[in-house]
Amino acid sequence: MNARITLATASRILRQLRRDHRTLALMLVVPCVLLGLLAWMYADAPGEVFNRIGPALLGVFPFVVMFVVTSIATLRERTSGTLERLLTTPLAKGDLMLGYALAFGAVAVVQALVATGFAVWVCGLAIAGPIWLLVVIALLDALLGTALGLLASGFARTEFQAVQFMPAFVLPQFLLCGLLLPRDQLPSVLRWISDVLPLSYAVDAMKDVTVLADPLADVLPSLAVVTGWIALALVLGSLTLRRRTP
Amino acid sequence: MTNKVEGDAIVVEHLRVVRGSREVLPDLDLRVPRGQVVGLLGPSGGGKSTLMRAIVGVQVVASGRVLVLGEDAGSPSLRHRVGYVTQSPSVYGDLSVRENVDYFRAVLGAPADAVDRAIVAVDLTSHAAARVDNLSGGQQARVSLACTLVGDPEVLVLDEPTVGLDPVLRRELWAIFHRLADQGHTLFVSSHVMDEAVRCDRLVLLREGRVLSDSTLPELLEATGAADAEAAFLALIDAADAAHANAAAETAQPEDAA
Repeated sequence: MNARITLATASRILRQLRRDHRTLALMLVVPCVLLGLLAWMYADAPGEVFNRIGPALLGVFPFVVMFVVTSIATLRERTSGTLERLLTTPLAKGDLMLGYALAFGAVAVVQALVATGFAVWVCGLAIAGPIWLLVVIALLDALLGTALGLLASGFARTEFQAVQFMPAFVLPQFLLCGLLLPRDQLPSVLRWISDVLPLSYAVDAMKDVTVLADPLADVLPSLAVVTGWIALALVLGSLTLRRRTP
Repeated sequence: MTNKVEGDAIVVEHLRVVRGSREVLPDLDLRVPRGQVVGLLGPSGGGKSTLMRAIVGVQVVASGRVLVLGEDAGSPSLRHRVGYVTQSPSVYGDLSVRENVDYFRAVLGAPADAVDRAIVAVDLTSHAAARVDNLSGGQQARVSLACTLVGDPEVLVLDEPTVGLDPVLRRELWAIFHRLADQGHTLFVSSHVMDEAVRCDRLVLLREGRVLSDSTLPELLEATGAADAEAAFLALIDAADAAHANAAAETAQPEDAA
């Protein structure tokens, strides 16, 4: 691995993304639109539903968006031949993985700032803990999406398949993360599964920041699990990058 | 032995490559001397790209050995000494020519001024700021070449670099190749256009995974009595088919008896 190559790769990916105004706009605007829609839906409903679901969604958006963007972007690298070309150069697999993680991590910070700002100041989401922690969690969620997207793209041959991996990788986690039903009310087998899946911890951390004034002690173990998953997915993903192919 | 390795940029010994259920290269031996432009000619589907992929170390090989600059193909120390240009341009369509070349410069660790030199070499200076998507196929192929030239590799493996280019550009590219060879670089260039044979120092004719001939053009013409490379190649194919038919007839007889 080489810092020069990693940074050159990250800035190349950001430059490509900057050219694609529509994708960039969608990444920043869609989470805000959905949060706004949700706040509006529950505006007159009893039970503070938006305050319960809103924070969890702040954790889910960066995960889903980065998963899709990364899996398509790496698949394009594979199909255009640039990946094969890069693997004949001194670039290490880790340079590529980290380059993607850095580039999309940077975008995720912007996305998290915009979405959190919109949720708090426009939709009136109440957050008891520090907002910077919310942004850190959103960043880790985004990196989790990026890492799993890199892994998933290794199993996709076409862009159609890559898009289909989204429901396959993301929806089960979404269903079991505690958003629809608190995790301790799940049947025990499903609860064990949800105890393993990383999005559950991301959503837990987001919830803690909303309700606790000093959530750091509760949030850190969750973040450790998410970070472990990121590392695991990056390692597994780099195994799908083969210098030699049949 | 070490002497030979010193003298040849690429040494291929008993290379066997199987792709899917097809044996693309059954048992290939080849030597490419340093400082020359060696052409790899033959019909498409004959294993040219597979051989090139084996030389740059991205092809899974069944058996045999490929040495480049005395080291096993694909070893980490070769990654900045061997440049590979794939048949279809492998560049980023959503970036400009300069951004593409500059990215590969950074990856290859070349100095900043190498970018301009590479763009000048492929004659794209006037398009340096253009998005690659908006360029013609031939221009995209040259961007792809520039992304390899920028690293100034000792060995260049170029898979059909002149396909789809007009005659003037082809002549210019071959001039670049010879200039690089004069500076000591080794170029292994594939083509299915036989008239490019005259531009190569040596010719390797590959058909159905076998080397039909490996010589200079004058040697080839003398051996076959043909007037040009295409006629020589056809003569070799006919001779090989005839020999194959004879061999088949001879082996078939005892089998029939049994």
